[in-house]
Amino acid sequence: MKDMLNIAGPVVEASGVDLVFQTNDGPVQALKDVNLLIGKGEFVSFIGPSGCGKTTFLRCVAALETPTGGTLMVNGMTAEAARKARAYGYVFQAAGLYPWRTISGNIRLPLEIMGFSRAEQDERVARVLELVELGGFGNKYPWQLSGGMQQRASIARALAFDADILLMDEPFGALDEIVRDRLNEEVLRLWNRTQKTILFVTHSIPEAVYLSTKIVVMSPRPGRITDVIDSPLPRERPLDIRDSREFIEIAHRVREGLRAGHGDGV
Amino acid sequence: MPVFAVVGIIVCVWYSAAVWMNAPWVYDQAERAGVSVSFGEMVGATMGQARPVLPAPHQVAAELWKGVAGQAVTSKRSLVYHGWVTLQATFYGFVLGIGLGVALAVSIVRFRVMELSVMPWAIISQTIPIVALAPMIVVLSNAAGVEDRMVPKAIISAYLSFFPVLVSMVKGLRSPDQMQIDQLRTWYASEAQMFWKLRLPASMPYFFASLKVAIAASLVGAIVGELPTGAIEGLGARMLIGSQFGEPMIMWAALFAAAILAGGLILLVGIVERFARARMGAPA
Repeated sequence: MKDMLNIAGPVVEASGVDLVFQTNDGPVQALKDVNLLIGKGEFVSFIGPSGCGKTTFLRCVAALETPTGGTLMVNGMTAEAARKARAYGYVFQAAGLYPWRTISGNIRLPLEIMGFSRAEQDERVARVLELVELGGFGNKYPWQLSGGMQQRASIARALAFDADILLMDEPFGALDEIVRDRLNEEVLRLWNRTQKTILFVTHSIPEAVYLSTKIVVMSPRPGRITDVIDSPLPRERPLDIRDSREFIEIAHRVREGLRAGHGDGV
Repeated sequence: MPVFAVVGIIVCVWYSAAVWMNAPWVYDQAERAGVSVSFGEMVGATMGQARPVLPAPHQVAAELWKGVAGQAVTSKRSLVYHGWVTLQATFYGFVLGIGLGVALAVSIVRFRVMELSVMPWAIISQTIPIVALAPMIVVLSNAAGVEDRMVPKAIISAYLSFFPVLVSMVKGLRSPDQMQIDQLRTWYASEAQMFWKLRLPASMPYFFASLKVAIAASLVGAIVGELPTGAIEGLGARMLIGSQFGEPMIMWAALFAAAILAGGLILLVGIVERFARARMGAPA
Protein backbone atom coordinates (compact mmCIF):
# COMPACT_ATOMS: atom_id res chain seq x y z
CA MET A 1 0.00 0.00 0.00
CA LYS A 2 2.87 2.33 0.84
CA ASP A 3 4.35 1.74 -2.61
CA MET A 4 1.07 2.56 -4.24
CA LEU A 5 1.07 5.88 -2.45
CA ASN A 6 4.33 6.93 -3.94
CA ILE A 7 3.15 6.21 -7.44
CA ALA A 8 -0.38 7.55 -7.09
CA GLY A 9 -0.41 11.31 -6.76
CA PRO A 10 -3.09 12.85 -4.59
CA VAL A 11 -4.15 11.36 -1.27
CA VAL A 12 -7.68 12.66 -1.67
CA GLU A 13 -9.16 13.40 -5.05
CA ALA A 14 -12.74 14.66 -5.17
CA SER A 15 -14.38 15.59 -8.44
CA GLY A 16 -17.96 16.71 -8.69
CA VAL A 17 -18.91 15.11 -5.38
CA ASP A 18 -22.62 15.45 -4.64
CA LEU A 19 -24.48 14.15 -1.64
CA VAL A 20 -28.24 14.36 -1.28
CA PHE A 21 -29.87 13.12 1.92
CA GLN A 22 -33.44 11.90 1.65
CA THR A 23 -35.26 13.25 4.69
CA ASN A 24 -38.89 13.40 5.73
CA ASP A 25 -38.98 17.01 4.59
CA GLY A 26 -37.74 16.05 1.13
CA PRO A 27 -34.22 15.82 -0.28
CA VAL A 28 -31.47 17.93 1.29
CA GLN A 29 -28.38 18.73 -0.74
CA ALA A 30 -25.56 18.32 1.77
CA LEU A 31 -22.72 18.57 -0.76
CA LYS A 32 -22.81 20.10 -4.22
CA ASP A 33 -20.10 19.71 -6.83
CA VAL A 34 -17.15 19.47 -4.46
CA ASN A 35 -13.82 19.39 -6.29
CA LEU A 36 -10.63 19.08 -4.30
CA LEU A 37 -7.12 17.69 -4.55
CA ILE A 38 -5.14 16.96 -1.45
CA GLY A 39 -1.50 15.97 -1.77
CA LYS A 40 0.55 13.79 0.52
CA GLY A 41 1.68 15.46 3.74
CA GLU A 42 -0.69 18.40 3.48
CA PHE A 43 -2.56 19.82 6.45
CA VAL A 44 -5.97 20.81 5.15
CA SER A 45 -8.56 22.62 7.23
CA PHE A 46 -12.23 22.74 6.35
CA ILE A 47 -13.96 25.80 7.71
CA GLY A 48 -17.47 27.10 7.42
CA PRO A 49 -20.68 27.65 9.35
CA SER A 50 -22.67 24.68 10.59
CA GLY A 51 -24.55 22.93 7.82
CA CYS A 52 -21.90 23.74 5.21
CA GLY A 53 -21.05 20.07 4.80
CA LYS A 54 -17.51 20.13 6.14
CA THR A 55 -18.12 17.23 8.49
CA THR A 56 -20.18 15.49 5.81
CA PHE A 57 -17.29 15.73 3.37
CA LEU A 58 -14.93 14.28 5.97
CA ARG A 59 -17.38 11.45 6.55
CA CYS A 60 -17.44 10.83 2.80
CA VAL A 61 -13.65 10.58 2.76
CA ALA A 62 -13.97 8.11 5.64
CA ALA A 63 -16.65 6.19 3.70
CA LEU A 64 -19.08 6.71 6.57
CA GLU A 65 -21.32 8.41 4.01
CA THR A 66 -21.58 7.53 0.35
CA PRO A 67 -21.71 10.38 -2.18
CA THR A 68 -24.71 10.27 -4.49
CA GLY A 69 -22.70 11.70 -7.37
CA GLY A 70 -19.17 12.39 -8.58
CA THR A 71 -16.05 10.42 -7.73
CA LEU A 72 -14.05 10.41 -4.53
CA MET A 73 -10.73 8.62 -4.45
CA VAL A 74 -8.64 8.11 -1.33
CA ASN A 75 -5.08 6.85 -1.72
CA GLY A 76 -5.90 6.08 -5.32
CA MET A 77 -8.81 3.79 -4.47
CA THR A 78 -12.46 4.28 -3.68
CA ALA A 79 -13.22 5.66 -0.23
CA GLU A 80 -14.85 2.36 0.71
CA ALA A 81 -11.77 0.39 -0.33
CA ALA A 82 -9.60 2.84 1.60
CA ARG A 83 -11.69 2.28 4.72
CA LYS A 84 -11.31 -1.46 4.34
CA ALA A 85 -7.57 -0.97 3.87
CA ARG A 86 -7.61 1.03 7.12
CA ALA A 87 -6.05 3.97 5.35
CA TYR A 88 -7.03 6.61 7.89
CA GLY A 89 -7.46 7.31 11.56
CA TYR A 90 -10.56 9.29 12.50
CA VAL A 91 -10.71 11.58 15.53
CA PHE A 92 -14.24 12.54 16.49
CA GLN A 93 -15.43 15.63 18.32
CA ALA A 94 -15.83 13.62 21.52
CA ALA A 95 -12.94 11.45 22.63
CA GLY A 96 -15.28 8.43 22.77
CA LEU A 97 -13.01 6.41 25.03
CA TYR A 98 -14.54 3.26 26.50
CA PRO A 99 -14.96 3.85 30.23
CA TRP A 100 -14.35 0.18 30.97
CA ARG A 101 -10.92 0.20 29.34
CA THR A 102 -7.77 1.90 30.56
CA ILE A 103 -6.12 4.48 28.32
CA SER A 104 -3.76 1.78 27.05
CA GLY A 105 -6.70 -0.55 26.58
CA ASN A 106 -8.51 2.10 24.54
CA ILE A 107 -5.52 2.68 22.28
CA ARG A 108 -5.14 -1.08 21.97
CA LEU A 109 -8.73 -1.42 20.75
CA PRO A 110 -8.17 -0.76 17.01
CA LEU A 111 -5.01 -2.86 17.18
CA GLU A 112 -6.99 -5.78 18.60
CA ILE A 113 -9.59 -5.34 15.90
CA MET A 114 -6.92 -5.28 13.20
CA GLY A 115 -5.26 -8.37 14.60
CA PHE A 116 -1.85 -7.08 15.64
CA SER A 117 0.15 -9.46 17.81
CA ARG A 118 0.15 -8.83 21.52
CA ALA A 119 3.80 -7.80 21.53
CA GLU A 120 3.29 -5.37 18.70
CA GLN A 121 0.21 -3.95 20.43
CA ASP A 122 2.28 -3.22 23.54
CA GLU A 123 5.04 -1.64 21.54
CA ARG A 124 2.69 0.57 19.52
CA VAL A 125 0.64 1.65 22.54
CA ALA A 126 3.80 2.70 24.36
CA ARG A 127 5.04 4.58 21.30
CA VAL A 128 1.89 6.61 20.60
CA LEU A 129 1.40 7.37 24.30
CA GLU A 130 4.83 9.01 24.25
CA LEU A 131 3.95 10.76 21.00
CA VAL A 132 0.97 12.54 22.58
CA GLU A 133 2.82 13.00 25.89
CA LEU A 134 0.64 10.65 27.87
CA GLY A 135 3.44 8.29 28.89
CA GLY A 136 2.68 7.11 32.43
CA PHE A 137 -1.07 7.50 32.01
CA GLY A 138 -1.59 4.17 30.26
CA ASN A 139 -3.06 2.46 33.28
CA LYS A 140 -5.46 5.25 34.15
CA TYR A 141 -9.14 5.08 33.29
CA PRO A 142 -10.65 7.81 31.08
CA TRP A 143 -12.58 9.42 33.96
CA GLN A 144 -9.29 10.03 35.73
CA LEU A 145 -8.10 12.28 32.85
CA SER A 146 -9.04 15.84 31.89
CA GLY A 147 -10.97 16.51 28.68
CA GLY A 148 -7.81 17.63 26.87
CA MET A 149 -5.93 14.53 27.93
CA GLN A 150 -8.82 12.33 26.84
CA GLN A 151 -8.77 13.94 23.39
CA ARG A 152 -5.00 13.39 23.21
CA ALA A 153 -5.60 9.74 24.01
CA SER A 154 -8.13 9.56 21.20
CA ILE A 155 -5.55 11.05 18.82
CA ALA A 156 -3.06 8.45 20.00
CA ARG A 157 -5.65 5.78 19.27
CA ALA A 158 -6.06 7.12 15.72
CA LEU A 159 -2.28 7.10 15.23
CA ALA A 160 -1.67 3.65 16.68
CA PHE A 161 -2.16 1.65 13.50
CA ASP A 162 -0.01 3.89 11.29
CA ALA A 163 -2.58 5.09 8.81
CA ASP A 164 -1.17 7.76 6.49
CA ILE A 165 -4.23 9.95 6.76
CA LEU A 166 -5.60 11.54 9.88
CA LEU A 167 -9.18 12.81 9.72
CA MET A 168 -10.08 15.15 12.57
CA ASP A 169 -13.63 16.38 13.04
CA GLU A 170 -13.57 19.42 15.34
CA PRO A 171 -11.41 17.47 17.76
CA PHE A 172 -10.91 20.40 20.10
CA GLY A 173 -14.34 21.99 19.72
CA ALA A 174 -15.40 21.07 23.24
CA LEU A 175 -12.21 22.27 24.95
CA ASP A 176 -11.36 25.66 26.40
CA GLU A 177 -9.09 27.97 24.46
CA ILE A 178 -5.95 27.55 26.56
CA VAL A 179 -6.02 23.77 26.25
CA ARG A 180 -6.92 24.16 22.61
CA ASP A 181 -3.87 26.32 21.86
CA ARG A 182 -1.61 23.74 23.41
CA LEU A 183 -3.20 20.88 21.55
CA ASN A 184 -2.95 22.81 18.28
CA GLU A 185 0.77 23.18 18.85
CA GLU A 186 1.03 19.50 19.61
CA VAL A 187 -0.89 18.52 16.51
CA LEU A 188 1.46 20.61 14.39
CA ARG A 189 4.46 18.98 16.01
CA LEU A 190 2.90 15.57 15.45
CA TRP A 191 2.22 16.38 11.83
CA ASN A 192 5.84 17.52 11.34
CA ARG A 193 7.20 14.38 12.92
CA THR A 194 4.90 11.83 11.34
CA GLN A 195 4.48 13.42 7.88
CA LYS A 196 0.85 12.38 7.83
CA THR A 197 -1.80 13.96 5.66
CA ILE A 198 -4.28 15.66 7.96
CA LEU A 199 -7.83 16.73 7.15
CA PHE A 200 -9.10 18.94 9.94
CA VAL A 201 -12.63 20.28 10.37
CA THR A 202 -13.02 23.41 12.46
CA HIS A 203 -15.13 26.51 12.82
CA SER A 204 -12.36 28.60 14.30
CA ILE A 205 -10.57 30.91 11.85
CA PRO A 206 -7.35 31.26 13.92
CA GLU A 207 -7.18 27.51 14.37
CA ALA A 208 -7.60 26.91 10.63
CA VAL A 209 -4.98 29.49 9.65
CA TYR A 210 -2.52 28.45 12.33
CA LEU A 211 -2.60 24.76 11.45
CA SER A 212 -3.09 24.52 7.71
CA THR A 213 -1.10 24.42 4.54
CA LYS A 214 -4.43 24.60 2.75
CA ILE A 215 -7.69 26.10 3.95
CA VAL A 216 -10.95 25.04 2.35
CA VAL A 217 -13.72 27.57 2.95
CA MET A 218 -17.22 26.14 2.64
CA SER A 219 -20.72 27.59 2.69
CA PRO A 220 -24.10 26.09 3.42
CA ARG A 221 -27.34 25.35 1.55
CA PRO A 222 -26.12 23.60 -0.50
CA GLY A 223 -22.78 22.67 1.05
CA ARG A 224 -20.04 23.66 -1.37
CA ILE A 225 -16.49 24.98 -1.54
CA THR A 226 -16.27 28.76 -1.99
CA ASP A 227 -12.52 29.24 -1.66
CA VAL A 228 -9.34 27.21 -1.36
CA ILE A 229 -6.44 29.09 0.16
CA ASP A 230 -2.85 27.80 -0.02
CA SER A 231 -1.11 29.12 3.05
CA PRO A 232 2.29 30.74 2.58
CA LEU A 233 3.18 30.18 6.24
CA PRO A 234 6.24 27.97 6.87
CA ARG A 235 5.91 24.44 8.26
CA GLU A 236 7.53 25.49 11.54
CA ARG A 237 5.00 27.64 13.32
CA PRO A 238 5.52 29.07 16.78
CA LEU A 239 2.34 30.29 18.48
CA ASP A 240 3.31 33.98 18.00
CA ILE A 241 3.16 33.52 14.23
CA ARG A 242 -0.48 34.46 14.78
CA ASP A 243 0.58 38.08 15.21
CA SER A 244 2.41 38.18 11.87
CA ARG A 245 1.14 40.11 8.86
CA GLU A 246 0.75 37.01 6.65
CA PHE A 247 -1.32 35.29 9.30
CA ILE A 248 -3.67 38.24 9.61
CA GLU A 249 -3.97 38.53 5.82
CA ILE A 250 -4.93 34.87 5.46
CA ALA A 251 -7.38 35.12 8.33
CA HIS A 252 -8.91 38.13 6.61
CA ARG A 253 -9.29 36.23 3.35
CA VAL A 254 -10.94 33.32 5.17
CA ARG A 255 -13.35 35.71 6.86
CA GLU A 256 -14.18 37.32 3.51
CA GLY A 257 -14.79 33.90 2.01
CA LEU A 258 -17.11 32.95 4.84
CA ARG A 259 -19.00 36.23 4.54
CA ALA A 260 -19.39 35.86 0.77
CA GLY A 261 -20.67 32.33 1.24
CA HIS A 262 -23.20 33.53 3.77
CA GLY A 263 -24.27 36.50 1.65
CA ASP A 264 -25.74 34.57 -1.26
CA GLY A 265 -27.22 31.97 1.05
CA VAL A 266 -29.63 34.41 2.65
CA MET B 1 -30.96 5.07 61.05
CA PRO B 2 -34.00 5.86 58.87
CA VAL B 3 -34.21 2.14 58.18
CA PHE B 4 -34.57 1.36 61.88
CA ALA B 5 -37.17 4.09 62.27
CA VAL B 6 -39.26 2.50 59.52
CA VAL B 7 -38.84 -0.95 61.08
CA GLY B 8 -39.92 0.49 64.43
CA ILE B 9 -43.04 2.03 62.94
CA ILE B 10 -43.91 -1.21 61.14
CA VAL B 11 -43.54 -3.22 64.35
CA CYS B 12 -45.78 -0.76 66.25
CA VAL B 13 -48.48 -0.86 63.59
CA TRP B 14 -48.20 -4.62 63.47
CA TYR B 15 -48.67 -4.99 67.24
CA SER B 16 -51.72 -2.74 67.27
CA ALA B 17 -53.17 -4.58 64.30
CA ALA B 18 -52.57 -7.89 66.07
CA VAL B 19 -54.48 -6.64 69.13
CA TRP B 20 -57.29 -5.28 67.02
CA MET B 21 -57.68 -8.36 64.84
CA ASN B 22 -57.29 -10.98 67.56
CA ALA B 23 -59.51 -9.19 70.11
CA PRO B 24 -62.87 -10.52 68.81
CA TRP B 25 -61.75 -14.07 69.53
CA VAL B 26 -60.72 -13.16 73.08
CA TYR B 27 -64.07 -11.46 73.78
CA ASP B 28 -65.87 -14.40 72.19
CA GLN B 29 -64.12 -16.90 74.46
CA ALA B 30 -64.78 -14.76 77.52
CA GLU B 31 -68.45 -14.48 76.72
CA ARG B 32 -68.75 -18.25 76.34
CA ALA B 33 -67.02 -18.75 79.66
CA GLY B 34 -69.27 -16.12 81.16
CA VAL B 35 -66.47 -13.92 82.42
CA SER B 36 -65.56 -10.40 81.52
CA VAL B 37 -62.05 -9.32 80.57
CA SER B 38 -60.38 -5.99 81.15
CA PHE B 39 -58.60 -4.20 78.33
CA GLY B 40 -55.23 -5.16 79.74
CA GLU B 41 -56.15 -8.83 79.98
CA MET B 42 -57.49 -8.71 76.44
CA VAL B 43 -54.25 -7.25 75.08
CA GLY B 44 -52.25 -9.92 76.89
CA ALA B 45 -54.45 -12.63 75.47
CA THR B 46 -54.05 -11.42 71.88
CA MET B 47 -50.29 -11.80 72.09
CA GLY B 48 -50.05 -15.52 72.64
CA GLN B 49 -52.84 -17.28 70.80
CA ALA B 50 -52.04 -20.60 69.18
CA ARG B 51 -53.98 -19.77 66.03
CA PRO B 52 -54.25 -16.02 65.85
CA VAL B 53 -55.82 -14.20 62.95
CA LEU B 54 -52.70 -12.08 62.86
CA PRO B 55 -49.76 -13.37 64.89
CA ALA B 56 -47.73 -10.79 66.82
CA PRO B 57 -44.16 -10.11 65.63
CA HIS B 58 -42.53 -11.91 68.52
CA GLN B 59 -44.61 -15.02 67.80
CA VAL B 60 -43.46 -15.02 64.19
CA ALA B 61 -39.89 -14.44 65.27
CA ALA B 62 -40.11 -17.36 67.70
CA GLU B 63 -41.64 -19.63 65.05
CA LEU B 64 -38.99 -18.55 62.58
CA TRP B 65 -36.28 -19.26 65.11
CA LYS B 66 -37.79 -22.64 65.86
CA GLY B 67 -37.91 -23.42 62.15
CA VAL B 68 -34.36 -22.37 61.49
CA ALA B 69 -32.46 -23.36 64.61
CA GLY B 70 -34.91 -25.55 66.50
CA GLN B 71 -34.37 -28.72 64.51
CA ALA B 72 -31.99 -30.67 62.40
CA VAL B 73 -31.65 -29.02 59.00
CA THR B 74 -32.70 -32.30 57.39
CA SER B 75 -36.03 -32.32 59.21
CA LYS B 76 -39.21 -31.75 57.24
CA ARG B 77 -40.06 -29.07 59.78
CA SER B 78 -36.84 -27.19 59.23
CA LEU B 79 -37.08 -23.93 57.33
CA VAL B 80 -33.44 -24.38 56.40
CA TYR B 81 -34.36 -27.58 54.60
CA HIS B 82 -37.32 -26.02 52.80
CA GLY B 83 -35.40 -22.84 52.12
CA TRP B 84 -32.61 -24.86 50.55
CA VAL B 85 -35.06 -26.63 48.25
CA THR B 86 -36.52 -23.28 47.18
CA LEU B 87 -33.08 -21.75 46.80
CA GLN B 88 -32.01 -24.50 44.42
CA ALA B 89 -35.08 -24.00 42.24
CA THR B 90 -34.50 -20.24 42.37
CA PHE B 91 -30.91 -20.70 41.29
CA TYR B 92 -31.73 -22.98 38.36
CA GLY B 93 -34.55 -20.68 37.29
CA PHE B 94 -32.32 -17.62 37.62
CA VAL B 95 -29.57 -19.12 35.49
CA LEU B 96 -32.09 -20.37 32.94
CA GLY B 97 -33.82 -16.97 32.92
CA ILE B 98 -30.57 -15.08 32.42
CA GLY B 99 -29.56 -17.40 29.61
CA LEU B 100 -32.91 -17.07 27.90
CA GLY B 101 -33.12 -13.31 28.43
CA VAL B 102 -29.61 -12.63 27.14
CA ALA B 103 -29.98 -14.98 24.18
CA LEU B 104 -33.26 -13.39 23.12
CA ALA B 105 -31.88 -9.88 23.61
CA VAL B 106 -28.83 -10.64 21.49
CA SER B 107 -30.92 -12.07 18.68
CA ILE B 108 -33.38 -9.18 18.88
CA VAL B 109 -30.61 -6.61 18.61
CA ARG B 110 -28.95 -8.56 15.83
CA PHE B 111 -32.00 -9.44 13.71
CA ARG B 112 -34.79 -7.00 13.19
CA VAL B 113 -37.21 -9.82 12.35
CA MET B 114 -36.68 -11.19 15.87
CA GLU B 115 -37.69 -7.90 17.39
CA LEU B 116 -40.93 -7.88 15.43
CA SER B 117 -41.71 -11.52 16.12
CA VAL B 118 -40.38 -12.23 19.61
CA MET B 119 -40.80 -9.01 21.55
CA PRO B 120 -44.63 -8.87 21.49
CA TRP B 121 -44.80 -12.47 22.72
CA ALA B 122 -42.32 -11.77 25.47
CA ILE B 123 -44.53 -8.93 26.66
CA ILE B 124 -47.71 -10.99 26.37
CA SER B 125 -46.06 -13.79 28.34
CA GLN B 126 -45.74 -11.47 31.31
CA THR B 127 -49.41 -10.49 31.30
CA ILE B 128 -50.54 -14.06 32.02
CA PRO B 129 -50.93 -14.57 35.78
CA ILE B 130 -48.23 -16.97 36.85
CA VAL B 131 -50.51 -18.68 39.38
CA ALA B 132 -52.73 -19.74 36.49
CA LEU B 133 -49.84 -20.92 34.42
CA ALA B 134 -47.82 -22.67 37.11
CA PRO B 135 -50.13 -25.72 37.55
CA MET B 136 -50.17 -26.24 33.81
CA ILE B 137 -46.40 -26.26 33.62
CA VAL B 138 -46.29 -28.75 36.48
CA VAL B 139 -48.86 -31.01 34.85
CA LEU B 140 -47.25 -30.76 31.45
CA SER B 141 -43.78 -31.57 32.72
CA ASN B 142 -45.25 -34.55 34.57
CA ALA B 143 -47.02 -35.67 31.41
CA ALA B 144 -43.78 -35.30 29.51
CA GLY B 145 -42.29 -37.84 31.87
CA VAL B 146 -40.07 -35.48 33.84
CA GLU B 147 -39.75 -37.01 37.31
CA ASP B 148 -37.63 -34.32 38.90
CA ARG B 149 -39.89 -31.81 40.67
CA MET B 150 -37.11 -29.26 40.31
CA VAL B 151 -37.66 -28.97 36.56
CA PRO B 152 -41.13 -27.39 36.47
CA LYS B 153 -40.18 -25.07 39.35
CA ALA B 154 -37.08 -23.91 37.52
CA ILE B 155 -39.12 -23.35 34.36
CA ILE B 156 -41.70 -21.26 36.21
CA SER B 157 -38.93 -19.35 37.92
CA ALA B 158 -37.17 -18.70 34.60
CA TYR B 159 -40.49 -17.65 33.06
CA LEU B 160 -40.62 -14.76 35.50
CA SER B 161 -36.95 -13.84 35.54
CA PHE B 162 -36.06 -13.83 31.85
CA PHE B 163 -38.18 -10.77 31.11
CA PRO B 164 -36.36 -8.06 33.09
CA VAL B 165 -33.06 -9.41 31.74
CA LEU B 166 -34.40 -9.35 28.19
CA VAL B 167 -35.71 -5.78 28.38
CA SER B 168 -32.57 -4.42 30.04
CA MET B 169 -30.21 -6.23 27.73
CA VAL B 170 -31.98 -5.00 24.60
CA LYS B 171 -31.60 -1.48 25.95
CA GLY B 172 -28.03 -2.08 27.06
CA LEU B 173 -26.88 -3.65 23.80
CA ARG B 174 -28.35 -0.68 21.97
CA SER B 175 -26.81 1.91 24.32
CA PRO B 176 -23.68 2.66 22.23
CA ASP B 177 -24.27 5.87 20.29
CA GLN B 178 -23.82 6.44 16.56
CA MET B 179 -20.39 7.96 17.05
CA GLN B 180 -19.06 4.87 18.78
CA ILE B 181 -20.45 2.68 16.03
CA ASP B 182 -19.01 4.96 13.32
CA GLN B 183 -15.69 4.79 15.07
CA LEU B 184 -15.64 1.00 14.85
CA ARG B 185 -16.62 1.25 11.20
CA THR B 186 -13.56 3.45 10.54
CA TRP B 187 -11.48 0.52 11.79
CA TYR B 188 -13.44 -1.84 9.59
CA ALA B 189 -14.51 -3.88 12.61
CA SER B 190 -16.71 -6.91 12.01
CA GLU B 191 -20.18 -7.29 13.49
CA ALA B 192 -18.79 -9.83 15.94
CA GLN B 193 -16.05 -7.46 17.07
CA MET B 194 -18.60 -4.68 17.45
CA PHE B 195 -20.61 -6.99 19.69
CA TRP B 196 -17.80 -8.32 21.87
CA LYS B 197 -15.78 -5.12 22.17
CA LEU B 198 -18.52 -2.50 22.36
CA ARG B 199 -22.11 -3.67 22.71
CA LEU B 200 -21.61 -6.36 25.33
CA PRO B 201 -19.39 -4.40 27.73
CA ALA B 202 -21.59 -1.32 27.27
CA SER B 203 -24.63 -3.36 28.31
CA MET B 204 -23.16 -4.55 31.62
CA PRO B 205 -24.58 -1.79 33.86
CA TYR B 206 -28.03 -2.55 32.42
CA PHE B 207 -27.44 -6.26 32.93
CA PHE B 208 -26.62 -5.94 36.60
CA ALA B 209 -29.52 -3.61 37.25
CA SER B 210 -31.82 -6.24 35.76
CA LEU B 211 -30.27 -9.04 37.83
CA LYS B 212 -31.64 -7.58 41.04
CA VAL B 213 -35.15 -7.66 39.65
CA ALA B 214 -34.58 -11.07 38.08
CA ILE B 215 -33.34 -12.75 41.25
CA ALA B 216 -36.38 -11.58 43.18
CA ALA B 217 -38.65 -12.73 40.36
CA SER B 218 -36.87 -16.09 40.31
CA LEU B 219 -37.61 -16.59 43.99
CA VAL B 220 -41.26 -15.69 43.55
CA GLY B 221 -41.44 -18.07 40.61
CA ALA B 222 -39.89 -20.90 42.58
CA ILE B 223 -42.33 -20.38 45.47
CA VAL B 224 -45.34 -20.18 43.19
CA GLY B 225 -44.06 -23.29 41.45
CA GLU B 226 -44.09 -25.11 44.77
CA LEU B 227 -47.73 -24.43 45.47
CA PRO B 228 -49.21 -26.86 42.92
CA THR B 229 -46.55 -29.56 43.29
CA GLY B 230 -48.46 -31.23 46.07
CA ALA B 231 -46.98 -29.20 48.91
CA ILE B 232 -44.14 -31.57 49.63
CA GLU B 233 -41.10 -29.42 50.05
CA GLY B 234 -39.98 -25.85 49.69
CA LEU B 235 -41.04 -22.57 51.27
CA GLY B 236 -44.07 -22.40 48.99
CA ALA B 237 -45.15 -25.81 50.23
CA ARG B 238 -44.76 -24.63 53.84
CA MET B 239 -47.02 -21.68 53.13
CA LEU B 240 -49.60 -23.95 51.55
CA ILE B 241 -49.49 -26.34 54.52
CA GLY B 242 -49.89 -23.45 56.92
CA SER B 243 -52.92 -22.21 55.08
CA GLN B 244 -54.53 -25.62 54.55
CA PHE B 245 -54.13 -26.75 58.14
CA GLY B 246 -55.05 -23.40 59.65
CA GLU B 247 -51.60 -22.82 61.08
CA PRO B 248 -50.95 -19.13 60.46
CA MET B 249 -47.65 -19.24 62.29
CA ILE B 250 -46.20 -21.71 59.81
CA MET B 251 -47.34 -19.49 56.96
CA TRP B 252 -45.90 -16.38 58.47
CA ALA B 253 -42.62 -17.99 59.33
CA ALA B 254 -42.27 -19.33 55.80
CA LEU B 255 -43.17 -15.92 54.45
CA PHE B 256 -40.46 -14.27 56.47
CA ALA B 257 -37.97 -16.96 55.57
CA ALA B 258 -38.69 -16.18 51.91
CA ALA B 259 -38.28 -12.45 52.50
CA ILE B 260 -34.96 -12.97 54.27
CA LEU B 261 -33.83 -15.24 51.48
CA ALA B 262 -34.77 -12.61 48.88
CA GLY B 263 -32.90 -9.93 50.80
CA GLY B 264 -29.83 -12.13 51.00
CA LEU B 265 -29.94 -12.93 47.29
CA ILE B 266 -30.27 -9.29 46.30
CA LEU B 267 -27.38 -8.46 48.59
CA LEU B 268 -25.34 -11.17 46.90
CA VAL B 269 -26.14 -9.85 43.43
CA GLY B 270 -25.18 -6.38 44.65
CA ILE B 271 -21.79 -7.65 45.81
CA VAL B 272 -21.18 -9.38 42.47
CA GLU B 273 -22.17 -6.16 40.70
CA ARG B 274 -19.77 -4.08 42.78
CA PHE B 275 -16.99 -6.50 42.04
CA ALA B 276 -17.75 -6.41 38.31
CA ARG B 277 -17.97 -2.62 38.27
CA ALA B 278 -14.60 -2.33 39.97
CA ARG B 279 -13.13 -4.67 37.40
CA MET B 280 -14.58 -2.52 34.61
CA GLY B 281 -12.87 0.58 35.93
CA ALA B 282 -15.81 2.44 37.44
CA PRO B 283 -14.93 5.15 39.95
CA ALA B 284 -14.86 3.64 43.42
